[in-house]
Amino acid sequence: MSVKRKGKSKVTIFPDWCKGCGICAAFCPSKVMELSEQGKAVVVREEECVHCGFCELHCPDFAIMVQPKEDKEEINPKLSTNKSLDNKEQSSSATESSSGTSSSQVKEDN
Amino acid sequence: MNEIQGTQLIHKYLRHNKKFPHVFCPGCGHGIVLGSLVRSIDALGLAKDDVCIVAGIGCSGRLAVYVDFNTVHTTHGRALTFATGIKMARPEMNVIVVMGDGDSMAIGGNHLIHAARRNIGVTALILNNNIYGMTGGQCSPTTPSGSFSMTSPYGQMEQSFDCVELCRAAKANYVARGSVFHVNELDKMVTEAISNPGFGVVEIMTPCFTQFGRKNKYKSPVEMFNYLKKNVISQERYNDLSESDRDGKIPSGVFVKKSEPGIEEKYYAMARQVQEGI
Ligand SMILES: Cc1ncc(C[n+]2csc(CCOP(=O)(O)OP(=O)(O)O)c2C)c(N)n1
Ligand code: SF4
Ligand code: SF4
Ligand code: SF4
Repeated sequence: MSVKRKGKSKVTIFPDWCKGCGICAAFCPSKVMELSEQGKAVVVREEECVHCGFCELHCPDFAIMVQPKEDKEEINPKLSTNKSLDNKEQSSSATESSSGTSSSQVKEDN
Repeated sequence: MNEIQGTQLIHKYLRHNKKFPHVFCPGCGHGIVLGSLVRSIDALGLAKDDVCIVAGIGCSGRLAVYVDFNTVHTTHGRALTFATGIKMARPEMNVIVVMGDGDSMAIGGNHLIHAARRNIGVTALILNNNIYGMTGGQCSPTTPSGSFSMTSPYGQMEQSFDCVELCRAAKANYVARGSVFHVNELDKMVTEAISNPGFGVVEIMTPCFTQFGRKNKYKSPVEMFNYLKKNVISQERYNDLSESDRDGKIPSGVFVKKSEPGIEEKYYAMARQVQEGI
């Protein structure tokens, strides 16, 4: 299965939602992702992806999408840009969470 | 695995006007449970309006905030009582309860036992991260003996609860344990628990790096997932191990599966009988 599928997938990471936990990079069997200096996952070896689905199922932040390359369907427009989400809210919580943990943020609501 | 319908599918069920990315820390397993819950509901083909998510307080309780179903974010430890009321009033509704280990087995422990004893037709997802996440890492009833927490800086001396044994003894219809590392199995358990009649419990081992991992020997969220990968094993494999090799291993799978009617079914059957008798 893996051999046949290799090179046929497109791996997209939405940096606004990625918190850089590193799960995708650590467990991808083909080492497709790495963590950038900014602490975000980046796709570095897309051609090696065997479409096993591990990263998409395990990203706690729904920040990865793996699609067949032929699939021309548009990615969710709400995700490809900040604009359609609540801009202010989103960017502030994104900064907070990428700077380590967001437990302070969690505590507020308690 | 044929068609992976991960992220695209999940976005269909999120409340996009809520704060995203969600509040959970990097590598928190709660986000993975959220994905599993959504995929299970989608696999069962349930309409959004026919689902009610009842969550308690705690990081786990935040799950309800993000999904586009009927949702109630209830008080600490009382999620099952709200859920019981909802199920009795609207038995056709799929009522799914999301609780932390503290929520379900400490403050809400009694409600868990009696929900199981009554066999109320709701599904309880217990997100066991071995700690009180939201309030700063106090030990919970599932903090393993010897491990460290904010309130057990020299090591936890108490014994910990085994959620599966507890719910089995209290006579729940369906009892399973999975982990967020073993997502495909988890999806199957959650789907099965929702469709099984009576009270269903799925204990989900999910890591909290921020409050538990850092104080113990896990240096990153990835190490917490490696821990789950290594230690959560099928109950068949667990049973084959010698007593000493079982140490630290967590058996997973479906432990109880009965199809006794839920209390709400019995109640409405009785109500019909009484009315016809008049
Ligand atoms: C009656 C009451 N007591 C205590 C609290 C404080 N409190 C909020 S969340 C929480 C613990 C949450 O732990 P858990 O249920 O394990 O969920 P987690 O945050 O780990 O997901 C506590 C004690 C409260 N909100 N209400
Ligand atoms: S698993 Fe998700 S949140 Fe974590 S680093 Fe990868 S893309 Fe980012
Ligand atoms: S689908 Fe599998 S092989 Fe492809 S990037 Fe994700 S984890 Fe790696
Ligand atoms: S404190 Fe723990 S349980 Fe709460 S969001 Fe952070 S990692 Fe998750």
